[in-house]
Amino acid sequence: MRILLKIIVVLGVVAAGALWMLSGPNPLPKDTMAGLTGDATRGETVFWAGGCASCHADPKAEGEDKLVLSGGYRIESPFGTFLAPNISPGPAGIGDWSDLDLANALMHGLSPEGQHLYPALPYTTYIHMQPQDVADLKAYMDTLPVSDVASLPHELAFPFNIRRGLGLWKLVNLSESWVMTQANTPELERGRYLVEALGHCAECHTPRDVTGGLDRDKWMSGAPNPSGKGEIPAIDPANLDWSAGDIAYYLETGFTPDYDSAGGQMAKVIAGMAHLDSSDRDAIAAYLKALP
Amino acid sequence: MKYGLGLIAVAAITAVAGTAAISDSNADKAALAAVKARQSQMTLYAFNIGLLGGMAKGNVEYDATAASAAAANLASLSKLDQSRLWPQGSDNETLGHDVTEALPKIWAADSDIAQKGMALVEAATAMESAAGGGLDSLRGAMGPLGKSCGSCHETYRQAKN
Repeated sequence: MRILLKIIVVLGVVAAGALWMLSGPNPLPKDTMAGLTGDATRGETVFWAGGCASCHADPKAEGEDKLVLSGGYRIESPFGTFLAPNISPGPAGIGDWSDLDLANALMHGLSPEGQHLYPALPYTTYIHMQPQDVADLKAYMDTLPVSDVASLPHELAFPFNIRRGLGLWKLVNLSESWVMTQANTPELERGRYLVEALGHCAECHTPRDVTGGLDRDKWMSGAPNPSGKGEIPAIDPANLDWSAGDIAYYLETGFTPDYDSAGGQMAKVIAGMAHLDSSDRDAIAAYLKALP
Repeated sequence: MKYGLGLIAVAAITAVAGTAAISDSNADKAALAAVKARQSQMTLYAFNIGLLGGMAKGNVEYDATAASAAAANLASLSKLDQSRLWPQGSDNETLGHDVTEALPKIWAADSDIAQKGMALVEAATAMESAAGGGLDSLRGAMGPLGKSCGSCHETYRQAKN
């Protein structure tokens, strides 16, 4: 009996140790950003395509004020409420971050101190970003106004408030593979990059499993709205019969084919997409039409 | 600008006076009639924007006269007196989500719905001058017009089902 107990204790310790090891941070190679110089003009495109302002601008900001990334938007979820932090280029934001720090946050969900970040920052999609785009984005964000508004803590209950646990979550949900495995034309490849890497469309338009990770088998098939009543619409070809031109025009102006207009969080997405080249909106439309 | 704020002030006063003066069932009837009227106005917006958007997208051949007429309709519609369309108690919490998508925030103390309404008047007026001036000119005015619709729907309309 005592031997059995000892075995159980030893196994328990081994398992705990293994979990601890597995849940550790996994930063990018230190030379990921070596030799890359950011271009702020190109970075502006990355910024709008990535939808940074949708969550990191003050929720009440209008017009040019949307470029003050003071944070404060509340992302509600079954696990608690996440508060978007200040990411302006000052002491209250990310002014002292290196390009590599930003790359680790966006692509691997890690803070400069090596702590896990919550996937409310959609690093499960930004993991596909080109390091050059991260450098360009940083160069652009460094040109934006500084805000001294303090970031607010997330409102999470136990056990979701333990960041170490996110290491295990990442093992299950963080993948470098594309959902659209074949993108055979330059336009489709660009569309895939804009949708699956930068635009993080699936974060809302794809349902989640019990761990809160995206159910990639139901890609873009619509999902409950985590932040309120109703459903986020399905945008896969089985459910969305708009032409590619209709989709591109919607992303430019917010007008549906019936000339209703986008509302809610999608209105913010459109405000970003409207800044892109029309070829980029066409590429997104081509991607959506090419989904199975 | 003054004009729009005045309208909202009138709307607020009408709403307060109105709810005090009439019984609940009459109030419901009045609220439902207001919802129907304002939804009809939205339909008229969409009908006129539809022609302009069809031309902008290239689905309908550009015709300066027709475009100008639609844009003039739109501008007129945006300037209609809306004071009786938005009575207090005609939000989706009170009347139900299947009746209206208007969020109670519209009537909150910090509501900026008046400014948003004025933004539509400005965008529609700009479209009125642009629509007859060639396809590129029309196209250029569509973006700000869409933005003015979206900025109100972003905050004050229940997200779509």
